[in-house]
Amino acid sequence: MASETSRLRFSSQGSVLLVEFADRDVLDEVAIRQINSELVRQIEAAKTAHVLVCFRGVEHLSSSALGTLITVNSLVKKRGGQLRLSNIKGTILEVFRITKLDRLFQIHDSSEQALAAFPKG
Amino acid sequence: MSTSKTGSDSGSVKVSASADELEVLQSSVAAALTRHAYGEHALFAIRLAIEEAVMNAIRHGNLSDPAKTVEARWSVGADSAAFHIIDEGEGFDPGAVPDPTLDENLEIPSGRGLMLIRAYMSEVRHHGMGNHLEMIFRREAAA
Repeated sequence: MASETSRLRFSSQGSVLLVEFADRDVLDEVAIRQINSELVRQIEAAKTAHVLVCFRGVEHLSSSALGTLITVNSLVKKRGGQLRLSNIKGTILEVFRITKLDRLFQIHDSSEQALAAFPKG
Repeated sequence: MSTSKTGSDSGSVKVSASADELEVLQSSVAAALTRHAYGEHALFAIRLAIEEAVMNAIRHGNLSDPAKTVEARWSVGADSAAFHIIDEGEGFDPGAVPDPTLDENLEIPSGRGLMLIRAYMSEVRHHGMGNHLEMIFRREAAA
């Protein structure tokens, strides 16, 4: 069952909470604060601990958005789950590489690959 | 700096603490870059650097004081684009900013703006007390 907010789309994929962006730019501070609080609320309410954030359609993101992902990663780990990222466009992937956050996050080419990499059961 | 028929190749915008004027700035710069046929990667790099520089100036320079503004001056030429981001704060020591790529800092949510600016711009200079940032993007440096 999927629910929708103005900034994000959430759905359950087996034991994984799938998060997708509604906007192509994840830059604006107000939007990022909204995304942050919505992500935290949904993750805390989710029955499962694993989270996949799919970046399909996202063209831009700022360091504030990276900060939100780091906060979410800590929360997911605290709940005993894994955070995986997928479908990151080349220019944005470069931002992860420059900041060396590609070492912190588990990044996959596609959401299918990411979903297959989560622990079963 | 020349001005085209359809828009300006230079300008300045005062950005308030709410950053409401940031999109106007970004759109004006993007239009000038497009007129000069800058590529997709250049547009991405410059948009990101402007975003990071202005938000740093609002947050860390002006401490989000609604009475203060950030002045953003820009000029786009055939070979390079220059930007000056000036806040009303007391400045800072750019050398004292911790390296966010060190293992011990990797999970700290903030502090990556300046390193992204340095990574994407050809030249970055801090003037005065550090409250005036100059960024230059040279076209030949674009990947």
